[in-house]
Parts: sequence; structure tokens; C-alpha cells
Amino acid sequence: MDAWSRFLDAFFKWQLIERYLPAILDGMAVTVEIAAAVVITGILLGLVLAILRAFRILPLSALIVIFADMLRALPPLVLVLLVYFGLPSVGINLPSFAVLWLVLSCVLAAFAEEIFWAGILSIPKGQWEAARSTGIGFVSTLAYIVLPQAVRLTVAPLTNRTLAIAKNTALGMVIGVSEILSQATTGQSFAGNATPLTMGAIAYVILFIPVVVLGRWLETRFAWRRA
Amino acid sequence: MTSNRPPILEVRGLRKSFGHLEVLRGIDLEVLPQELVFIIGPSGSGKSTLLRCCNRLEEPTGGSISIDGVDLMARSTDINAMRRRIGMVFQSFNLYPHMSALGNVALALRRVLGRKRTEAEALALAALARVGLAEKANAYPAELSGGQQQRVAIARALALGPKIMLFDEPTSALDPELVGSVLKVMRELKAGGMTMLVVSHEMRFARDAADRVIFMDHGLIVEEGTPEQIFSGPREVRTQAFIAEIAR
Ligand SMILES: Nc1ncnc2c1ncn2[C@@H]1O[C@H](COP(=O)(O)OP(=O)(O)OP(=O)(O)O)[C@@H](O)[C@H]1O
Ligand SMILES: [Mg+2]
Repeated sequence: MDAWSRFLDAFFKWQLIERYLPAILDGMAVTVEIAAAVVITGILLGLVLAILRAFRILPLSALIVIFADMLRALPPLVLVLLVYFGLPSVGINLPSFAVLWLVLSCVLAAFAEEIFWAGILSIPKGQWEAARSTGIGFVSTLAYIVLPQAVRLTVAPLTNRTLAIAKNTALGMVIGVSEILSQATTGQSFAGNATPLTMGAIAYVILFIPVVVLGRWLETRFAWRRA
Repeated sequence: MTSNRPPILEVRGLRKSFGHLEVLRGIDLEVLPQELVFIIGPSGSGKSTLLRCCNRLEEPTGGSISIDGVDLMARSTDINAMRRRIGMVFQSFNLYPHMSALGNVALALRRVLGRKRTEAEALALAALARVGLAEKANAYPAELSGGQQQRVAIARALALGPKIMLFDEPTSALDPELVGSVLKVMRELKAGGMTMLVVSHEMRFARDAADRVIFMDHGLIVEEGTPEQIFSGPREVRTQAFIAEIAR
């Protein structure tokens, strides 16, 4: 057997592709579901936290900062394990996909909060003053003047961060969430061949390349009208 | 100018400190209906701070301010309702970059006065027409010259039907050739009977449009009088020095 067919045999074995395709497709569906749920709740929670922080109520802001710093400092895997093995001992039993969703949502929220907050801070003071001087209240100024501009500035960093955290759905493997990597490693150990892992990698590329492209597109689109 | 009409703006013993720095040290000022009061003074003398206290963008540390007889500092006063009645124009325009000229002017009409979209836009368009920019209604700030941006900012304040307009160096950020268009709008406002308090370095404008000129230094009003008195025959040494300085 020459090197080329040995390579194909190790990574792209046709019988294995056929055998594990359904499992990988199932895994893709699970990954998409969890990633979508994480993106939605994580970004929304991050936005809510940044908005709350804008009110500059000291104890509240301090709690938000502590939350954001903790969750950004801890490796997501540590959190996943901690929550998955810790919660049952205090009487809370969450299914593993819920643990993954909860943890990753909080991690994304922590990063998103910081990104939104940086966006809010970068809006010049004059914007607030112009709005306030026409009698527009704090909340409306935030809603109509500051956030629309801040959110535009955050599109690029937020897309990158979201992508990074959505990929962490692969951590579901260690707690038995049947997402892509979980299916791929199961296949790999049964078959004793890396082909299912190759398929998993391709599945990730198929899922996330469009998000990368979307991020690029949003970036140019939102940069468009700024002076 | 009849003096028996109550002032639109009445400032009494106004003080403002930033930490240990006392920036306003007891300002008394009245602006009568339809009057244009022009404020001059060296950098750091407190001109902007005075203006910003007049709509409480800056919280005074002492004294009183009333607009059209309403105590601006009273707890019972709805400051947002009062701010509609006090138009403010900034040196740096501060237009909302994500909204068209029309959107900039219509926003407060919709969000503060609660007008319907069509009604707010009709009013906004009328305000833009007053500053000569009706045809730029759909342009975004980035697509407008500095002079046009500043006129949109004036329209934004004007649309709310203010009792008084505060201008903080409205032409200082403009290229010289664009200054005239903004001053022209301000002259028209004055001719239309608007009450105005203007901080500016445009002495020619002050000479032919101001009713009164106030010279401030170190947080106090040093001298006030007609433009003629202040520019041609100031009594105080500090005023003389300042006028000589800017005349060079
Ligand atoms: N937010 C602030 N915090 C601390 N100090 C301030 C603040 N705003 C103004 N000051 C100080 O108050 C003083 C008066 O400032 P102000 O802007 O009112 O002066 P001005 O007469 O408008 O000057 P200019 O002609 O340069 O605009 C200055 O010494 C300034 O540094
Ligand atoms: Mg100033």
C-alpha cells in the first residue's frame, strides 16, 4: 500500500464515512441547537448586564464586574465539570445539554457584557449631552442614541467571541452531550480509525465557516455609514 | 427693549465647583424676552460651565436658576420637560451619526413630545426649512459639511419650540468659509424674536446682533454693557486687556 492510500485509509475510509454519517449528522443537529441557544441567551444576557451597568448603581456594577471577570478567567471546561458534577450534590439535576447551555451562555454573557460595555463607553459624551439637552430621558438616550451606535461598534469583536464560544460546544463530549465531537470520538474508538474525527472536523467547518463569512459581512455593512 | 417684562432666564448667585476648583463664583444674570446676550471671556473663565448649568447638564453647587419663572433647581421641576424649553447648540454639533438629518430633528419630537411619526417628521422638516436645509433631510451627518451639521443641530433644538437658545461657541469648530451660514441662521432667529445666550468669539456678529455683551473672568461677570460700550470703551482693566488681545 502506498503512502497516499494509507493516508486515505486512516482519515477518509469510505465504509466508515457511510457508517458514521448518520451519527455525525445527528451530532451536527445537536451542536447547532446548543450553539444557537447559547448565542441567543449569551448575547442577550450580556446586553442586559451591560445596560444594567450603564445605570452605574455601584453594588450592581460591582456584581456584574465580578461575574464577568470570574467567567472570563475560568476555563470553560472547568466550569462545565464543576456545574455538571457539583449541582447534583446540592440536589439539582440538570440534563447534560442544559449544563452545557447554561455554562456557555454565562461565559458568552461575560464576554459580551464587556464588549457591549466598551461600546457604550466609546460613545462620546456629547451624544449623551445632545440627547439629554433636548429632554430625552436616560433610558431613551441609551435605547435610541447610545446602544444603536455601541452595538454597531461591537459587531466585529462580538462575532469573533461568539464563534470562539460556540465552538466550545465540543466540551459537551466530556459530559456526554451527543454533539459532533462526542459522536466523532465514539465512532473513532469503535472503528479504531480517525475517519469519524475527520468527518467531525468537516462538520465544524461546514457549520462555522458561514458564521465567519457573516461576521465579515456584518462588519463591512455596519462600518458603512460612519464618517 | 422694555424692561418691565419678566426675564426668560434668571440666574442668581450661581456657583459651581469641580472638586476644589471653583469655576463659577456667584453669577447674576438676566436675559429678557427676545434679547440676545453675548458672553465673552478668556479660556477657562467659566463660560461653558455657565451655559451648561442653565439646563443642568452641569449641577450647580449653589444659587438659583429659573427659566420663564420656573425654578430649575426645585425638586418638583421636571427637568426633562424644562430642557425642551431650553435649546442648546454645542461647539461640536453632536449630531446622532446613525440618523438622517430628519431623524436627528424628529427624535425628541417623537420620544419626548410623543408625536406620531408623520407629525414629528412634518415638524422636523419645517425646522430644517428654517435653517435652509429642507433638501438635506435625508442626508446623514457624515454627508454634510460642518456648517450644515451645525444648522441641523440648531433645527434639532428649534423644533421643540424653545423659550431660549444657548449657543456654546457654535462656529468655533467650523472652517472660516462655513461660519457665515451658521451666523446667518442665528441672525434670522434673533430677527424672529428668539431669546438667545451666546458664547462666541465672533465679535462682528456680537456688534451687530447682540443687545448686551458680558465679559466674564475667573467665574465672575466683570463687566457688561452694549456691544459698543464693551468693545469700544470698556471700563475695567481686565476687559480692556481682553478686548485688546482679541483685537490684535
Ligand atoms: N467636568 C469638569 N471637571 C473638572 N473641571 C472642569 C470640568 N469642566 C470644566 N472644568 C474646568 O472649569 C474651568 C472653566 O471651564 P469652562 O469650560 O467653563 O471655560 P470656558 O470659559 O468655556 O473656556 P473656553 O473658552 O476654553 O471654552 C476650567 O478651568 C476647566 O478646566
Ligand atoms: Mg467653553
